[in-house]
Amino acid sequence: MTVVFGIFLLTLLVITALGIVRTRNLFVAVMLLGIFSLLIAINFFILDAADVALTEAAVGAGISTVLFLGALALTSERERLGTRHRWLSLAVVASATLVVLYATFDKPRFGDPGAPVHQHVAPWYLEKTPEYIGIPNVVTAVLGSFRGYDTLGEVFVVFTAGIGVLFLLSARRGGARRGAPDYRAPGERDASGIGLREHVIPRVVGRLVVPFILLFALYVQFHGEYGPGGGFQAGALFAAAFILYALVEGEDRTLAALPQSWLHALMVGGALLYGGVGLAGIALGSNFLDYSVLAADAVAGQHLGIILIELGVGMTVTGTLLSIFHAFAARDRA
Amino acid sequence: MEIVLDLISWVLLSAGGVFVLIGGIGALRMPNLYTRMHAASVTDTMGAALVLTGVMLQAGLSLAAIKLAIILLFLLITSPTASYALASAALLAGIKPDAGHAADEHAAGGHATEEHATEGEAGP
Repeated sequence: MTVVFGIFLLTLLVITALGIVRTRNLFVAVMLLGIFSLLIAINFFILDAADVALTEAAVGAGISTVLFLGALALTSERERLGTRHRWLSLAVVASATLVVLYATFDKPRFGDPGAPVHQHVAPWYLEKTPEYIGIPNVVTAVLGSFRGYDTLGEVFVVFTAGIGVLFLLSARRGGARRGAPDYRAPGERDASGIGLREHVIPRVVGRLVVPFILLFALYVQFHGEYGPGGGFQAGALFAAAFILYALVEGEDRTLAALPQSWLHALMVGGALLYGGVGLAGIALGSNFLDYSVLAADAVAGQHLGIILIELGVGMTVTGTLLSIFHAFAARDRA
Repeated sequence: MEIVLDLISWVLLSAGGVFVLIGGIGALRMPNLYTRMHAASVTDTMGAALVLTGVMLQAGLSLAAIKLAIILLFLLITSPTASYALASAALLAGIKPDAGHAADEHAAGGHATEEHATEGEAGP
């Protein structure tokens, strides 16, 4: 039954992907990308990868759709036809497809216990997590502690991406503002913004839902050791709550609630917190990112370390996503 | 008792499936944006409500049933709101809600008025 459902979802995935490639309307492409992310999230869930499914649904279907729409508001709705190098790209894609297809012949059967991925380090992680880390969610143990270096790298990738986007988007903004001051009346300016302040129903419902999203985000953040969740998912949820607030109440009020300087502090602070926890391990006489020495008991130290680094991840992801969102929205108004 | 609950649950699930199917057909076959939206909103109100109630009966009195009830409440609040936001965005973009038009027509200039919106509601 699961296999049938999986095949059904993968078929839909291929159809959606073809739709994304074929459409010239970029709005349609963005919406299809959201559907694509949701489908792949369900697929991950069928494969029992609840953590990844949660991330994909929150980031892929939620935040990136909003960011794409923000980017589209700055450019045109239609894709420009590129006719050069079409045959070359077709050849590259076709050969890559053939290579991947050839590689799948050597793939082990779905769920085969003898597959290399189940023979390498995975058994060791499954066996040693209760002993060394003492938390039920092995994914969090692997992500936070065993492979802490990789996650630190991911956090810096997110951080760097945020800085890059902020540089690109704020490059011309100051000049454009100074050159062409906004002569419209304040009321008019509000209506032209992205806020839905005039619409009672979305506003009331948005206000009703935002606190629950924040509560759920806190749950996902601090429950990541026991169930699916963690910093990445929680960061995306925090950002989603504030983006929803910005959509119903307007940019200004969101920035009043959580100013830009706070967002930058979150971005930098999260990465610093993660790195700092790693350095604390060295200072206390062990290796970088070894949390065992953070507390008197090694397992308690691992707990503390994982909670702190997950907090760092959540802070950086929240700050980066919201900074990028505000940068897009500010460009739109300027 | 067990079999009665099972029966009711399957009836609800099938009815929900039928509503989703009707919503899908309507979203493809209706003549303009507003009527298509009207059809599609059947999916996430009636369809989702029936399917979730059916699944709740399958789950029995447990934590899962409470979670499903909360999801149902969330859907019943948010999906009509999303429909409202979509319709109002379409109206602001200048799509006229005249019933019977074969295609989504953009208004010649500026925004469609409130009267159009109420007329569109009474369409076939």
